[in-house]
This record gives sequence, structure tokens and C-alpha cells, in this order.
Amino acid sequence: MNPLLAAVRTAIRDPRGRAGLAFLAILALLTLVAPIFLPDPAAQPDPLGASNLPPSLMHLFGTDALSRDVLSRVVWGARVSLAIALLAVALSISLGALVGIAAGYFGGAVDSALMRLVDGALAVPRLFLLLLVLAVWEQIPVAMLVLFIGVTGWFGTSRLVRAEVLRIREESYVRAAEALGAPRRRIIFRHLLPNALGPLLVAATLGVGDVILVEAGLSFLGLGVQPPTPSWGGMILDAKSVLVTAPWNAIFPGLAILGTVIAANLFGDALRDAVDPRGA
Amino acid sequence: MGRWLARRVVQALLTFVLALTLLFALMRLAPGDPIQRLEGERPMSKAEIARLRERFGVDQPIWRQYRTFLGGVARGDLGTSIEYNRPVTAMLLERLPATVLLGATVILVNFTLGIWLGVRQARRRGSREDRLLTTASLAGHAMPSFWLGLVLAWLVGVRLRWLPSAGFSNPLLGPDAPLSARAGDVAAHLVLPALTLILVTLAGTMRFQRAAMLEVLRLPYIVTARAKGVAERGVTWRHAWRNALFPMVTLFGLWLPLLVTGSVFVEAVFAWPGLGSLAASAAGNRDYPLLMGTAILAGALLVGASLATDLAYAALDPRVRLS
Repeated sequence: MNPLLAAVRTAIRDPRGRAGLAFLAILALLTLVAPIFLPDPAAQPDPLGASNLPPSLMHLFGTDALSRDVLSRVVWGARVSLAIALLAVALSISLGALVGIAAGYFGGAVDSALMRLVDGALAVPRLFLLLLVLAVWEQIPVAMLVLFIGVTGWFGTSRLVRAEVLRIREESYVRAAEALGAPRRRIIFRHLLPNALGPLLVAATLGVGDVILVEAGLSFLGLGVQPPTPSWGGMILDAKSVLVTAPWNAIFPGLAILGTVIAANLFGDALRDAVDPRGA
Repeated sequence: MGRWLARRVVQALLTFVLALTLLFALMRLAPGDPIQRLEGERPMSKAEIARLRERFGVDQPIWRQYRTFLGGVARGDLGTSIEYNRPVTAMLLERLPATVLLGATVILVNFTLGIWLGVRQARRRGSREDRLLTTASLAGHAMPSFWLGLVLAWLVGVRLRWLPSAGFSNPLLGPDAPLSARAGDVAAHLVLPALTLILVTLAGTMRFQRAAMLEVLRLPYIVTARAKGVAERGVTWRHAWRNALFPMVTLFGLWLPLLVTGSVFVEAVFAWPGLGSLAASAAGNRDYPLLMGTAILAGALLVGASLATDLAYAALDPRVRLS
């Protein structure tokens, strides 16, 4: 059986992995189905009379300062956050794999140059790198947000992949393939990459949690998802000014972040133990 | 030892220069320059634009800008804040004490508490307490610090009115108030931001210490100590913990970025007048030189901490120096 599928299967047998994956699956399903039943997150039915209503049967999570339904915005925020996280992680994992394989396989000057670059990039906290590139825009396009979160997220992954490649490339079957005259491309895609897929999958799952926190933080600082698009971090930023009178505005999106990140990390931990049982 | 030390210091400097280069590239690769941004905010004459471009050095060729930038950092000159029209270095220095106070408090409490809890967890591996703390650390790791800060400010500061939820000190308390009253006032303001950061970062320390302790507890010399009849407390702290403390040195390097990032959010939430809130407001105001200054300082801090970690490691473990 495909080793990746086997790892996922083992992770699902782990109660932590099962709980994490189930939460994420339900959330994903909710973002697809719930908008049919929920009010439009942008609708402002009565900005004066119906603003900052506490949670009730009509509005389960209450309403915000502009009388928008908080539950509806949390669900739409999930859509935005999950989409950004998945795309950004896909980008950073691909970049990390590419750089890691290049550094590990070619070695020498390529390796030193790439790894020094990674050292330099890791010397500045990711948040600061992101603030610097994002501060240029008055209105930050979501595509740019995805691009930059992805581009600043591969440094650790590339180290991981490089270590894996260094380990595998001296194995006899890789040597044999080289001796048989297999082209470089075949060695990389047939022998090196598949072996690194396990650690990559783990890094990707844990990366989703990280990116959700990063995106929420940026949106909270006003440099992430731009209003009126609902995002969890942006909702908490808006809630700051009405914290005393309408705390539900902040509490629910925060719980959404917390739950989602815990779920992603639980699944990631279970996957890690499945891929590398030594650490368990 | 001398050569190893020299090599390590040179390496750290090189990493820092690389980080600076990367920051410079980010600043320059971004579309538009800071002056174009200002143009968008208010109409300016051609002459005024040219003057501003000259003043911020944007009219120079890129390699010369790079050299000026590196030279400036080397001299401690980080440029002028656009928003406040003041030297960035002076603003950073002004904000440093508050951040150091907050950071030192967090580090002190975090390491004491985290080590103690981690050791307890390892000793009672699989117990209810261990499982509970593991769950708690999972939540701490996933917690958005700005949200936790807001919730604590609301709950403790606003609802219960136990502690002040914003600022560094009470402005009504004049400079002629007794020192003890003023210190107590600052301490009261410190509690919530520090608590927020501790809760967010404690998980890392705890997890790390637990793992390090478990690694040691399974070694034969622990069995020997127990067989000799050493009391469990002695086995834990005198035999096992001494060796399990050693890997904790490396934790510092992993953990500090977390604290630096966390303090941006937490300081912003609690209006703590430190470097973090300065970075947050610089980002909000699109004050590029100021934001760059905080990033450079953060980079210097991380490189310095990583160097210090390596030195401490080498001092403790001769094998590092020999390899």
C-alpha cells in the first residue's frame, strides 16, 4: 500500500488524530453547507437597532457593531482562513521540498548557498518579514497574502527535506540506480522525493495550524485579510473597541481559531508518530 | 577552543548580515517605495517629492543604497521614522526598558514553572496530571496571544476590576509618589501582559523538559541510583534533572522567536509601551523605517541568542568544541 495512505490510516486509528481530522472535516463541511442556512455575512439589517445584540436564538453568536450576524461571519471566516492556510501551506511545502532536495542532492556550493540563505531568513521572526512586505499595500490583495505567507514558510521544511535526502542518497538502492545510469530526474522523483513525503505531510499538517495563527495575527494587526471580507483575526480586531459591551464579538472567532489550530496540531502529532514511531 | 569560538562568532555575524540583506531586498523588491506611499496620502509638488526622495536616499542606485543601509546599521543609525520624524534608534532605545521588563519576567516565570511542571510530568508519565498538562500545553500552543490577552483584559481587568488592563503605569500617580507605590503600580500593570505571554509560551518549555527528562530517566544509572536506595526526590533532582537540564539550553533558541512575536501582539493589546507595540503601530501606520528598525533589532536579538546558546552548550559539553 502507498506509505502515505498507510500513515494517514495509522494516524486515524490514533484517537488524537481521529478527533483532529473529524473536527477539520466537520468545519470544512460547515463552510460549504452552512452559508445556505445562515444570513448573508455582509448584510446589515439594522445598523442602529440590531447592533451588538447578545447571543440569542435568532443570532446564536450575537451580532456585531454593524448588526451583522457573528455566527455567519465566523463560518465565512473559516472559509477564508482555511483556504488561505491550505494554499499557503501547499506553496511553502513545495518550495521547501524543492530547496531541500536541491541542497541535499547537489551538495557543495549549492547546498551552502541555500542553507546560508535559510539561516539568514530564520534569523528574523516570520511575523516581521510579513509585516515588512505587507505594509506596502494600502489594501492587501488576498492573493498577495497567500503568496507571502507561503514564501516565508518554507525555511524549516527545506532543512527537514535536506536532512532526509542526505540520509537516503547514500543508500545502496540510490547508488544502484545511479550506477545503472538512471537520469537525475528519475532519481529525484522516483527515489528521493517519495521518501521525503512522510515528513513533508507532517510538516504540512502542522503548518496549517501555524498559518492560521499567522494569518489571524496579521489580520488582527490590520495587515491581513481586509474588511469587509470576514476573517477571524479581523473580527477580533473589530471587537477590540466594543469588548466591554459586546465581548461575544471577540470570543467566538477566538474559539474558532483555537479549535481549528488544536485540531490541525492533534492530527499532525498523530501523523508524526505514524510516520516516525521512534519519537512516540 | 579559541578557534572554535572565533569561527562561531564570524558565523553569527555572517548570518546577521545575510538577514540584513534579506530585509533590504524585501524592502526594495516591494512595489513602490515609501515616498510613493506618502504621495498617495496627500498631494505633493514635484520638488517636494524629489527632496523627500533625496532625504530618504531612494534616488541612489540600488547597490549604493545597500551600502548606506549596511553602514547605517553598523553605526547604529537606522534612519528616521516617517510618522514621527525622529531617529529610529532613539525611539527603539526609549521603548527597550519596558520590553526588557516584560520579557525578563516572562522568561523567569516561564522557565521556573515550565521546568518544574515538565519534571513532574515526566515523573508521573501517563498519570492524570500528565495527561491534563499535555492537553493544556496543546491549547497553549494553539492559542492566539492577542485573543487570550483581550479575554484576560476583559475578564480580569473589566469584569472583575482586579488589575489594570492597559498601559505601563497609572498617570495619576505623579513622580513625587513614593517609590514603593510607583513600583507596585507598574507591577500591577505588568501582571496581565506577562501572564498572557507566559500562558502562550509555557507549553514549549514544559514539553521540552518532559521529553528531556524522560530521555534521562530510562538510563541505567538511574536504575543504579534507585537500587542503591537513593530517595526518589534525590533521584529526580540530583541524578536525573542535572542531565535533563542540559538540553534545555537549546530550547532558548527555539523559544525566543515565540516570545518576540508574542510580545508584538500582547504589547499591542495591553498598550504596553515596549518594542512590540511600537512594531505593531509602525506596521499600522506603514512607517517603513521604524518597522525595519524593529525587524533589525529582532534579528540581532535572535542571532545573539543563538550564539549565546551555542557558547553555553560548548561550555557545558566539551564534545561540541572538539567536533
